Amino acid sequence: MPTVIVNNKPVEIGPSEKLNCIQAAERAGDTIPSYCWHHDLSVVASCRMCLVEVGEKKPDGTIAMQPKLSPGCQTPVKDGTVIVSNSEKVLAAQKATLEYLLLNHPLDCPVCDQAGECGLQDYSYKYGRGYSRLQEPKNIKPDKDYIGDQITLFTDRCIMCTRCVRFTREISGTAEMQVISRGSHEEIDIFPGEPCNNKLAGNVVDLCPVGALCSKDFLYQQRVWWLKSKNSVCPGCSTGCSITVDQNEDVLYRLKPRENPQAQGSFMCDEGRFGWKYAQSDRRLTSPEQRSGGKTISRDWDVVLSTLGTTLADLSDQKSGTFVVAISPWATVEEAYLLAKFAKEVNPNARLALGPVRTVGEDDLYPKDIHGQPSLPTKFTIRAEKCPNRRGVESILNHFQGEIIPFSSVLYDIESGSIETLFVLGGDPEGWISDADAAKLDKLKLLIVQDLLGSAASSKAHFVLPGAAWAEKDGTFVNHNGLAQAIHRGLRGPEGSRPDGRILFELSGRRGLFHAASLRKEIGSQIPELAALSVGDLGEFGVSLSSAAKTEPQPVG
Amino acid sequence: MPINPKDIEWVEEPSMNFWESTYLPAVFDGLRTTGQHVADFHPVTEFYPEQKPDLPSHYRGVHRLNRDDKGRVKCVACMMCATACPAHCIDIVAQDAPKDDPHWADRDKFPKSFVIDELKCIYCGMCEEACPVDSIELTNIFDLTGMSRQEMMFDKEKLLSVFDQTKDSAHNPVRTHKGKLGHASDFTNLHTLGPATTVRADDRSAKANSAGVIE
Repeated sequence: MPTVIVNNKPVEIGPSEKLNCIQAAERAGDTIPSYCWHHDLSVVASCRMCLVEVGEKKPDGTIAMQPKLSPGCQTPVKDGTVIVSNSEKVLAAQKATLEYLLLNHPLDCPVCDQAGECGLQDYSYKYGRGYSRLQEPKNIKPDKDYIGDQITLFTDRCIMCTRCVRFTREISGTAEMQVISRGSHEEIDIFPGEPCNNKLAGNVVDLCPVGALCSKDFLYQQRVWWLKSKNSVCPGCSTGCSITVDQNEDVLYRLKPRENPQAQGSFMCDEGRFGWKYAQSDRRLTSPEQRSGGKTISRDWDVVLSTLGTTLADLSDQKSGTFVVAISPWATVEEAYLLAKFAKEVNPNARLALGPVRTVGEDDLYPKDIHGQPSLPTKFTIRAEKCPNRRGVESILNHFQGEIIPFSSVLYDIESGSIETLFVLGGDPEGWISDADAAKLDKLKLLIVQDLLGSAASSKAHFVLPGAAWAEKDGTFVNHNGLAQAIHRGLRGPEGSRPDGRILFELSGRRGLFHAASLRKEIGSQIPELAALSVGDLGEFGVSLSSAAKTEPQPVG
Repeated sequence: MPINPKDIEWVEEPSMNFWESTYLPAVFDGLRTTGQHVADFHPVTEFYPEQKPDLPSHYRGVHRLNRDDKGRVKCVACMMCATACPAHCIDIVAQDAPKDDPHWADRDKFPKSFVIDELKCIYCGMCEEACPVDSIELTNIFDLTGMSRQEMMFDKEKLLSVFDQTKDSAHNPVRTHKGKLGHASDFTNLHTLGPATTVRADDRSAKANSAGVIE
């Protein structure tokens, strides 16, 4: 095995691994600071923050060091490479680099949105001199308010790492951004009339190590040290990007991608990043309701749930096919399991159907070439299937029903009058039923709707159960590739709504509290297709349902 | 746990002599103190509210929001005060400064709303310490009354009016920068980083008169 020596510590690397000094030092537990290097982007070695001493251990045991410092990001390691990142020479270079970067950087941290998660702040404290010797006026460039619909540029804060430029050239392929002018006049800009509005544009804000590129959506909303983060999964499409949910006092402020090589890589699309606003809209259902003949009978959780329980228990003598439960692909695996099991217990003749699976267009592959056509290798995919958990729900339905009944056939049967009772577990924020289809629901004797937002169906339902948005509940989503990832309750929903898992847990008369990890163990032990869930805790990166599952084409390193 | 007898020290009451046992010396000693107070013509009692106390200028009373030299609110809505506040009584909503308005040309961010709950506040002065632009200051107005809780929620306009009311008073001087903006909001005339860490004695900057200030 090739061995690299980092600060006198030997580190073994894989025989075919291609690492640079920064990655090798990370293996040794040392950090080499860097700004411009990102493992998914090409190497430019322009920020000079990662300068280290590099040398080689000869077979006879002598060590020959190169006389000058080398950028760690650009220097590949091999067997016998010696890296020194803590010598006085290296520390002096880091100090000098930071002093240089801070020459023209305005010290407006109090008004800067990046303060608190800023690379320049962190490294200044760790490696900088903390004192400027500059006696000249700073070079202040005018801000550019319109880089894209969601992006604004504070030009004077930029340190010219060009991560954003490389992202638009290499990952999105749309190449809207560029460096204009040279020397101290260098600025990031867009090509005239070509704003950065591609579907991955929001990532340049995350990539920016300082507060130069800011998201207009989040600008000045919160100071970042107030945000509390929970790991979650984006529900926008079946890619299932790993994200963090950032909230303060039960208000969701932003979603950020979380690096997960098994799911999507390091990025996320803008549809997901800015598409969560429905979770805080006033269209949310906020109170349970029991109706009869158009009149509200109760709005109390205890009353509604217990009445619903006895009403459904009375259906047990009904003949086959008259009781249908439709589970939307927006439900978590746990919710689908609880509802499917409960329905089959109440009425063994109950039919379980899959709720409407919304697909929009074709899978959107990145990077794009100059004609807007995807070019290989694919580095990011926005999938056409706009729901997070079709595979997870289908596994549950396969186990309990043995087949996948599409929602269209349920609607057909409602129209023909063979269905009397329908329980819909919804959750799709775009709605799961058209007004024309909702009119068909009048034929039902009993309609139960558990959903997030109000709809034509919920307004005529006999029982309405207000559920929670994905950021407000614990559970599991299985992405297109069979990767089961845990979502966590990051914030509380509006008063009156409850996490869907809790509603179904109480409805099915189970004792105790809804606990996703214990339910996962139960599901894993009962359903062979989901046996991988029996670990309970799915960890940060999730668990693949089948070891043979294909892995997503990875962004190049 | 019982006390170890070795740790107990028994103390005898000192025996009184003849005079002490009459208690007369103690009685006269007490009367002497009373007499001293009768003869003292410098009372410490203050006739509040007819007579207002003379408070030092560092007294921590009601907050004010200072104005800059253009009359705008000096606050840059960095929310450092709200972060530092141990009573969580400061609530700020920030807004980006109007881009087209020349009045706001040199500013990026300002408070859309700035509310201090004067009932929650413990008047510790941490907000004043935290403020990077010397915008929030505590005045020596202490007699604060209101008919409702809502009245004691001081908003931006009220806090600015406290500034207008107190800026010329000898007890409430505007403490620093005299109406100019501080480091963070002063974009045309930026100050460089101050000495956050120690500087070696042989460093050229250590010998400079000022810490890299651009004037």
